[in-house]
Amino acid sequence: MAAKLAAIFFSMILVNNYVLVKFLGICPFLGVSKQLNSAVGMSVAVTVVMALATAVTWPLQQLLVRFDLTYLQTIAFILVIAVLVQLLELFLKKFIPPLYVALGVYLPLITTNCAVLGVTILNIDEGYSYIESLVCAVGAGLGFLLAMVIFAGVRSRVEAANPPKCMEGLPITLISAAITALSFTGFGGIVENIFGV
Amino acid sequence: MNTIILASLVIAAIGLLGAVLLVVASKVFAVTEDERAKAVELVLPGANCGSCGYAGCAAYAKAVVEGAPVNQCIAGGAAAADKIARIMGVEAGTATEYKAMVACRGDLSHTKKRYEYHGIPTCAACNVLYNGDSSCPFGCLGFGDCTKACKFGAIEIVDGIAHVDPEKCTGCGACKAACPKRIIFLYAYKEEPKPIVMCSNHKKAVDTRRECTAGCIGCGKCVRNCPVEAISIHDNVARVDYDKCISCRKCVTNCPMNCITIPEKWSVRETG
Repeated sequence: MAAKLAAIFFSMILVNNYVLVKFLGICPFLGVSKQLNSAVGMSVAVTVVMALATAVTWPLQQLLVRFDLTYLQTIAFILVIAVLVQLLELFLKKFIPPLYVALGVYLPLITTNCAVLGVTILNIDEGYSYIESLVCAVGAGLGFLLAMVIFAGVRSRVEAANPPKCMEGLPITLISAAITALSFTGFGGIVENIFGV
Repeated sequence: MNTIILASLVIAAIGLLGAVLLVVASKVFAVTEDERAKAVELVLPGANCGSCGYAGCAAYAKAVVEGAPVNQCIAGGAAAADKIARIMGVEAGTATEYKAMVACRGDLSHTKKRYEYHGIPTCAACNVLYNGDSSCPFGCLGFGDCTKACKFGAIEIVDGIAHVDPEKCTGCGACKAACPKRIIFLYAYKEEPKPIVMCSNHKKAVDTRRECTAGCIGCGKCVRNCPVEAISIHDNVARVDYDKCISCRKCVTNCPMNCITIPEKWSVRETG
């Protein structure tokens, strides 16, 4: 059990990293990775939303299955995520105003962050139990954090490197994102072998 | 038909539940905001330059509502102070308008490059390597650290040195902080235009001449021609005392290097 949870957790961070391997949640990945501070803040917010959303959507899915309403999965999940993000926004505004200001428009955009919807739906598709789903959600969030932190570092180096005029801004950012993503393919299969799952 | 009704009902129920939750949360987590702070923030330039001494425009707006003076926004100038004063219902006071000036005329035709620099293209990086690649170790390096620091697009690099567009410059001083050579100064607007010494080379005449053909050589001609003894030579560069200066322009016309100028529109009071 513990080995399986550990395998899920670490594979979500390294092997199945949502941003760099599954290419979900690219919008905040490119938008908020300019500064390390707001990148970390955003990632923590996404992690919290992912964990909360999974905690709510997994039981919701059981209800939907019981009443034979699984076709409502997507819209019901988005509704839940939207509520949670609004809740988080109110919370941040009250208790951590600097982070609220730093995240700006990207905070409400977590609502439509495909990584959050992705983690809730893929948890169901994988047939994970409740505990496994939560571990997977937290792992996915930390994977997002790892990707954001690495990429914030990459970007600060890229900015100092003075790329050709035609590549400045988004083009060079996308290329460096691609190379960073490529490096994560190196983790493929490692976690499963370590934990023997 | 039943399916549609059931689906609608389920989604509506989830939505209602979420709505109730959010209403409760918005009451619990309510933040009392003075709406004047929002109004003040809207009339500020929004560049978050920090020249008012606060962390950003929002922070300054908050401070104003809590009683800070309304004329601290240098970038917004008198116009912003006026609008804030109207929102707060107080007297605006006088907001001094500042403009940045680059005290260097050593463009590519006046200076030479001592070596070919291929490093990180910033003034700060180049300056670390033997005081930069320009023949004048005091002058503008022209990599545009100030251009990047300027949030109003007021600084342009022309012929290898920085030029400030006084129309766009708001006097926030971001460029002054970014310049590794410390040759950008803020000049306060006054009725009478005052002369500016456009050179920062503190070496003796012969060395200055070798390094730049537009530099102040400290010859003292301006000192001798000044009727009110407002000019003195400090470390081989002329310095103008703006309290004494009567704007007669004799220093400008007599400078053999043409490095004392009076800007068309903007005048001078203090150097930084």
